[in-house]
Amino acid sequence: MERKKRKVGQINASSMADISFLLLIFFLVTTSMNVGTGLSRRLPPPVPDQQKLKSADVKKRNIFILHITNQDEIIAQGEKTDIHKLRGKVMQFIKNENNDPNLPELITENVPSIGKVAYTKNHVILLETDAEARYQTYIDVQSELVAAYSELRDEFAMKRFGKHYHLLREDLQKAVQIIFSQRISEVQAENIKEKK
Amino acid sequence: MALIRKKEKREMPALSTSSLPDIIFMLLFFFMAVTNLKETTYRVRITPPQAAEVQKLENKSLIRYIYVGQPLPQYQNSFGSETRIQLNDAFADISEIESYIVNERSAMREEDQNLMTVCIRADKDTPMGTINEIKEALRKVYALKIVYAANQRSQY
Repeated sequence: MERKKRKVGQINASSMADISFLLLIFFLVTTSMNVGTGLSRRLPPPVPDQQKLKSADVKKRNIFILHITNQDEIIAQGEKTDIHKLRGKVMQFIKNENNDPNLPELITENVPSIGKVAYTKNHVILLETDAEARYQTYIDVQSELVAAYSELRDEFAMKRFGKHYHLLREDLQKAVQIIFSQRISEVQAENIKEKK
Repeated sequence: MALIRKKEKREMPALSTSSLPDIIFMLLFFFMAVTNLKETTYRVRITPPQAAEVQKLENKSLIRYIYVGQPLPQYQNSFGSETRIQLNDAFADISEIESYIVNERSAMREEDQNLMTVCIRADKDTPMGTINEIKEALRKVYALKIVYAANQRSQY
């Protein structure tokens, strides 16, 4: 028997656009476009219970005490402070330009790829929060602290190398990071009461 | 001499739409690449706090989320309006955080386990007591890399 040769008809592709539109809209609806942003932090490792009460051996002049009260007031070194003024205060504390005996001690040390630098190696910023303080206030303070450190790094880079911090070579960035390393310690209000 | 051409009746050729699917597919792939699927449905109301210095979250696959806030209105009958914690899709207690983190970590590849980051997505009005308790719990299980979710603040 002889077979008739059949021609394959063209596939109508006009609905393809509709199908892909549908898919596109589905993805638009189910996905969230916003990239998450946040403040990263490293928590200190847990301490065994018996060591809890033993406070670290830090000289008083090296400690900057920040307290957030239940009423969302920020108390820096026993003084009520506005959030806008906090950054300047913290920077002044960390820098200690005039070697003030009330500010943290300057220690001259060899920093890799920079050389001898006098910096406040042992300073600590102690952040205490009361249980009823709002999270927003806490984040405000945290972000001001981060800003203070990055401003100090930038300032140092400008003075030393005449360049912005983020434009420095990687090893120099690391060295500046050592000089202005974030030394923030957090204490819960209960622990402090125990100490008293 | 100018030759006056006789006006021909010109017909518009049919617009070819054969490349339209390709264009749309390209759009589709673009969106699939840049977006990430919604991770969970919120059961708590979260308005993230605003901060001046924020970093972008990297390595989404290594981040686990803890949501903190007041339950949404439809859950308030059964769960009250106190600040609650949400892990994955369900409300949880602070004591459950430890086992959650341990489980999530053991599900990761071994080389990634140290890189696990916990993102605390908390409402801006959350009392700090809750946050401190969460942090304590995270410290206990050595989940030390944390991120406080916050939005970029344009100005004060």
